[in-house]
Amino acid sequence: MNNIIDLAWLVPLFPLAGFLLNGLFRNSLSRPLTGIIGSGAVLASFVVSVLLFLEVKKGNTGVAHLFNFIEVDKLTIPFAFLVDQLSSLFLLIITGVGFLIHVYSAAYMKEEEPPHFARYFSYLNLFVFSMLLLVMGSNYIVLFIGWEGVGLCSYLLIGYWFKNTEYNNAAKKAFIMNRIGDLGFLIAIFWMIAKLGTVTFSTPDSGGVLDKVGDLTAVDITGITLLLFVGATGKSAQIPLYTWLPDAMAGPTPVSALIHAATMVTAGIYMVARSNILYTSSAITQTVVAGIGLATAILAATIALKQNDIKKVLAYSTVSQLGYMFLGLGVGAYTGAVFHVMTHAFFKALLFLGAGSVIHAMHHEQDIRKMGGLKRYLPITHITFLVGCIAIAGIPPFSGFFSKDEILAAAYLRNPLYYVLGAAGALLTAFYMFRLYATTFLGSFRGTEEQKHHLHESPSLMTIPLIVLAVLSVIGGWVGIPEVLMHGAHSLGDFLAPVFAASAEKMEAHSISHSTEYLLMGVTVIGAAIAIFVATARYRRNPELGEPTGFGKILANKWYVDEFYQWLIVRPVNWLAKVLNSFVEKEFIDWLVNGVGKLVNYSSRQVRLLQSGQVGSYVLLMVLSILVFLVLQFFIKK
Amino acid sequence: MSITQVLFFFLSALALGSAVMVVISRNPVHSVLWLIITFFAISGHYFMLNAQFIAIVNIIVYAGAIMVLFLFVIMLMNLNAETEPQKNKWMKLAGVVSGGCLLLVMVAALKEAEVKGQTTEMVTGNIGLIKNLGQALFTQYVVPFEISSVLFLSAMVGTVLIGKKDAKEQN
Amino acid sequence: MKIEYYIVLSIALFCIGIVGVLARRNAIIIFMCIELMLNAVNLLLVAFSKMHHAAKGAEVATAGVDGQLFVFFIMVVAAAEVSVGLAIIVMMYRNVHSVDVNFLNRLKH
Repeated sequence: MNNIIDLAWLVPLFPLAGFLLNGLFRNSLSRPLTGIIGSGAVLASFVVSVLLFLEVKKGNTGVAHLFNFIEVDKLTIPFAFLVDQLSSLFLLIITGVGFLIHVYSAAYMKEEEPPHFARYFSYLNLFVFSMLLLVMGSNYIVLFIGWEGVGLCSYLLIGYWFKNTEYNNAAKKAFIMNRIGDLGFLIAIFWMIAKLGTVTFSTPDSGGVLDKVGDLTAVDITGITLLLFVGATGKSAQIPLYTWLPDAMAGPTPVSALIHAATMVTAGIYMVARSNILYTSSAITQTVVAGIGLATAILAATIALKQNDIKKVLAYSTVSQLGYMFLGLGVGAYTGAVFHVMTHAFFKALLFLGAGSVIHAMHHEQDIRKMGGLKRYLPITHITFLVGCIAIAGIPPFSGFFSKDEILAAAYLRNPLYYVLGAAGALLTAFYMFRLYATTFLGSFRGTEEQKHHLHESPSLMTIPLIVLAVLSVIGGWVGIPEVLMHGAHSLGDFLAPVFAASAEKMEAHSISHSTEYLLMGVTVIGAAIAIFVATARYRRNPELGEPTGFGKILANKWYVDEFYQWLIVRPVNWLAKVLNSFVEKEFIDWLVNGVGKLVNYSSRQVRLLQSGQVGSYVLLMVLSILVFLVLQFFIKK
Repeated sequence: MSITQVLFFFLSALALGSAVMVVISRNPVHSVLWLIITFFAISGHYFMLNAQFIAIVNIIVYAGAIMVLFLFVIMLMNLNAETEPQKNKWMKLAGVVSGGCLLLVMVAALKEAEVKGQTTEMVTGNIGLIKNLGQALFTQYVVPFEISSVLFLSAMVGTVLIGKKDAKEQN
Repeated sequence: MKIEYYIVLSIALFCIGIVGVLARRNAIIIFMCIELMLNAVNLLLVAFSKMHHAAKGAEVATAGVDGQLFVFFIMVVAAAEVSVGLAIIVMMYRNVHSVDVNFLNRLKH
């Protein structure tokens, strides 16, 4: 019965094989072949994932145990894959959206040299492999391996054009920011091992971390969950570690779509959702998570209002949407958060790929002030991008509406203030997305004549993924229609229920009256609609072309957070390094090292005299040494 | 004092005295002769311990073959008291002092030894007889015995090789 | 006879040997002193062998026989050593016309 689940290892195997093939033979593979290997590997994973999903849907979950990764004393950490509702859903998202992005990449990156093209695809495959490890791992260690793997791959992919120093800096920034978060995660793992002696999520005999929550004190739970959350803020770009994500737009656009929208940043959400029972058990952590999520959502949304780089706007909107997901996690709406991950993966991948298509058409121009009126030249991109914008703005029946509504409703239940702020963020989202849309696609073209001459719709390899994602963005939300609109239509909630059962039990069952819920929905939808109209009307005729002033300047400069970090952390560290370099290094360590050298030199010059070459003196020394040893042996020892 | 004890002390004094003479004689030939006396004294001890085989071998191999070899070499080189190289006084003193210290330390260490107070079997006991030693040698220790023959062979080859004049010198 | 007597005698012979090695410069005398030290050890081995036999002989008839066999092997090795050693000394005499070990301080270089 479990045979398909026992084959779960096939899912990460394919991308790994693709990575090895493309990576090792990158000099001899032609571009089409590379593309086929890269995309085919992910497609194969997708097929297996679908089979797994169907099996899980029948109600069969299970663990595919491969081997024991670490065995020390009583601690056993198996290398095993967990296939359940949550992971199978993530598998579908990762491999499905990942496959589309691979296909798109094959066309987008075709100007690269074949070896670099293969390098790109091998990184992508490695990334998908890591992400699959992350979601399939049956314990925190395997999850952590994947967690680190995606961190590495994001570094490699952001710095893909490694000849550009700025891009390299962005890659390093992403890596270091992630590392800070990973430290928190690692400490949390050690804490679990110390307290519980296991890192497995859950075992049939209730021996896993999530089964033993009762054994932990409140302090332990709060500490572990907060540290795990620190890891999540790094990976999922939350305050205070979010600044890497917008900079990470240095990578090729499909990479942004894959890593920074659809999959990697959702790792934190997945991890928190996986550990839901821990989070439910700690009210403090929940408040922190919700607070940070909300703050990130609003902050990123305000910054997005004034950005002029098409990818930066999308990046901040990603940060903002991730904030919503954490808000959902913080208020206990785990299903809602996962739902939003799913819909967000669709529409954000769509938006990024659409942006990629625009950039492709504009010959790598990313500044929206130099675009405009692209509607005429890029019809398919335009329509699909519009669909994405509507979806993210939360207009029914597009997918974003359902997931965002679910989170906001849960937030209202917990604390109406959360709802008010969340709704305000949603309005901002609608506003800046349509500012972007109107500036880019409406109005008249503001680029150079040459660019205008070359404007063209992208090839079908790029538009087909856009169309597929657009369709998914429209219908993706229909698996989670709220109770109030259609009875029993929240099939995603029913599907995921077993994963979150323990948390649901623990939380008091609130229910919201139907009229309130209609009201909440109405407010957000109408607000979003107004924001859309205002933004469209304002920016289609006269887009902001000049430099922003006043408050707008602060927003355009991202609240000066980067500068603040520079002042708070980078400068003191640099200063300290300088002091260590000029004083400790030169005065002390050099002195010590040179001193040792001099001492050895001097003493060996003296000791050399002992080596007279006369056998007699050697024998004398030998006898004296024997004497010393005997004295030590017989007299000193006692 | 029994006859055994008398013999023991006599042989010990002989051995020590002649050993000292080995070291202090200026003429190398005298040293060799004193050493032969030392070996005879030690063989006498072996006889007292009823280790007859070892005693005889000691006389034949050491006092006989080896010392004769020494004597031959000394005669060959025509060494005598006049040609004898002398160390300076301080080196000699240092040698004597350190040797004395070693003696002192080892004897002092003996005070704590486990074997203290045990006695040896004098005159009686048959393990030192050829029959018993031979049995052990050709059963239990047959492999080392055979290997020692290889050692001899290689020593012989080595000696010949070293002692041979260089081909260059001959020409 | 008490074993201590033998031990002290052996130590004394051994130390005389050492003093000889330290105090003399003639390679042949040094070599002879080494033989003296070997003999001191041989004597001790035989004495221990007999002591062992006195203690355990009643139970194991061959107790202590190994000690004497070791003496035998030491003699074997000593004989081989003397043959090679004397050959070296002869060679040395042939080259430097002296048996003074201090002539051999070229080990230094």
